[in-house]
Amino acid sequence: MNIVVCMKQVPGTTQVKINPETNSLVREGIENIINPFDTYALEEGVRLREKYGGKVTVVCMGPPQAESALREAISLGADDVILLSDRAFAVADTWATARTLSAAMKKLASYDIIICGRQTIDGDTGQVGPELAEMLEVPFVAYVSNIEEIKESYLRVRRMVEEGHEIIETSLPTVITVAKEINVPRLPSLRGIMKSKNAAITTWTIADLNVSPDMVGLAGSSTQVIKIFFPQRVHRAEILEGDLDTQVDTLIDRLKGANLC
Amino acid sequence: MDYFLTDEQKTIKSLARQIAEERVLPVRAELDEKEEFPWDIMRELGSSDMFRVFIPEEYEGLGGGCLELCLVVEELSRVCSGVAVSYAASALGCMTLMEYGTDEQKRIFLPGIASGEKIGAFAVTESTAGSDISNIKTTAEKVEGGYLLNGTKQFITNGGEAAIYTVIALTDKTRGARGASAIIVEKDTPGFIFGKKEKKMGIRSSATRELVFKNCLVPEENLLGKPGLGFIQALRLFDKSRPGIGAQAVGLAQGALEAAVDYAEQRVQFDQHIINIQAVQHMLADMAIQTEAARALVYAAARHVDSGAKSVTEESSMSKVFASDTAMKVATDAVQICGGSGYMRDYPVEKMMRDAKILQIYEGTNQVLRNTIALNLRKRKGRTA
Repeated sequence: MNIVVCMKQVPGTTQVKINPETNSLVREGIENIINPFDTYALEEGVRLREKYGGKVTVVCMGPPQAESALREAISLGADDVILLSDRAFAVADTWATARTLSAAMKKLASYDIIICGRQTIDGDTGQVGPELAEMLEVPFVAYVSNIEEIKESYLRVRRMVEEGHEIIETSLPTVITVAKEINVPRLPSLRGIMKSKNAAITTWTIADLNVSPDMVGLAGSSTQVIKIFFPQRVHRAEILEGDLDTQVDTLIDRLKGANLC
Repeated sequence: MDYFLTDEQKTIKSLARQIAEERVLPVRAELDEKEEFPWDIMRELGSSDMFRVFIPEEYEGLGGGCLELCLVVEELSRVCSGVAVSYAASALGCMTLMEYGTDEQKRIFLPGIASGEKIGAFAVTESTAGSDISNIKTTAEKVEGGYLLNGTKQFITNGGEAAIYTVIALTDKTRGARGASAIIVEKDTPGFIFGKKEKKMGIRSSATRELVFKNCLVPEENLLGKPGLGFIQALRLFDKSRPGIGAQAVGLAQGALEAAVDYAEQRVQFDQHIINIQAVQHMLADMAIQTEAARALVYAAARHVDSGAKSVTEESSMSKVFASDTAMKVATDAVQICGGSGYMRDYPVEKMMRDAKILQIYEGTNQVLRNTIALNLRKRKGRTA
């Protein structure tokens, strides 16, 4: 089975700073990590390989330093890794990112299942997975919490929805995004770490993909970030005066006034 | 302190630390309370290749030696000494095989231990043979088709959990200690049964059981080396394994020191954090000095073993005695610094103090080892090279 896992390198913090001039995240001095949701995708890919055979290829779009995420992926069990890196891919929105990834998938030619994390912790959109499926014209299932069965060109998964779980059957190839409930990612192995240190990282630039420059990166983005800012936090606390009955009456009046009761 | 570890040794140490902090720390109190063998953690150590560290490359290991083993044991013991000894005892269980086994014996047994799929154990102690190790009674009588084992081994670490046991038994009881041999016995061999699981003061997540042999027939090809060399093999094994106990002690002392510093940093008495009190500072400083000195001696002894030196008895004994005495002292002082809280099970140091005691007892009591050191001291008239 050919298993492809999509991965992104993200800042390893939720305490991000923003450069107001460029409207982009300040990445200096912040350790980069594999997007935590993608670690579940990789683990599931490795488990599928252990069960059904085949190989796990990890694809990552990002700047050259994203190579470290791919080396970590090897230490966690990935067989092959491909870095999609080119200035032309930079400042991509979800659509242009999915476009780049889909071009890479087409170049890979053979894939049975593509696994993504449900979302990234920096962008938080959760859109790249479904867009990728759309561009590849293959079925898509989001928030998968268990892969129940895979047979030749057939997949049954359990996915999480607000009210409970759905069991979905679909044909292969397919794209799924996984929820963190799907597994507990393993820790790296020593042999994996040693292999990862010397592994060759394949890099594909725009010249390697059959895609025009105006379809990827900033040029291919149908959305643009105009401004990025922290929401203003307004704390308006009020201490009600008077004895208990007066306070209760005032509170009820306020709630009624706000149409809350 | 920089101990000039290689990149590979640093990788081993840091991954062992990651496993200890992410997988052992959250469950150590529960494992201790329930006296539960840490199977999940053993599997995790297996999938992370930690059992490959001490196995030669030709048998699916990574070809490390005593120092590499010590680094893993130290990091595990910093968080939980019970988990650390369960891991280390697997190494102990196959070290005689690695040194004296034939290529075929190694090919059969080592890959399973390397992958972590199988755990090892070493069995010499009996009710009549503790420090008086040569006074064993278990026999392995040569019969048609192999050796027939009869007798009872006591206090065997990993007993009942391990799949592969190296057992010292008398193949010729008329010759006493010179009639002992090392034999591999696999779990589930008919006539090989497990006695009660001991209830211990410390290292409670590790399993300690009796091994009972009742007409247990073991294939002849499971004998390691030549018959009659069992005691020499066991003594040589302990010479090489003692730095591992030293490493367990260093890790434990390190964990206790860290817990004491953390507590002293946040505990306020007399309107100040107690780490500002000189009496506490001096205790912490002594704990740090002793721990670092123990680490330096353990690493040096481990490197001495790995150098292939002919005689390592004295050095490995020194590292075990000094480090285990240090662990006991540092853990006791950590409880003292943490005061009433430290005495409670909600804090980790009382467990560390309970865990520390065994380090002065097993793999040669510190008194017996001092005898050994003194004997060597007389031989070399106190001189150094």
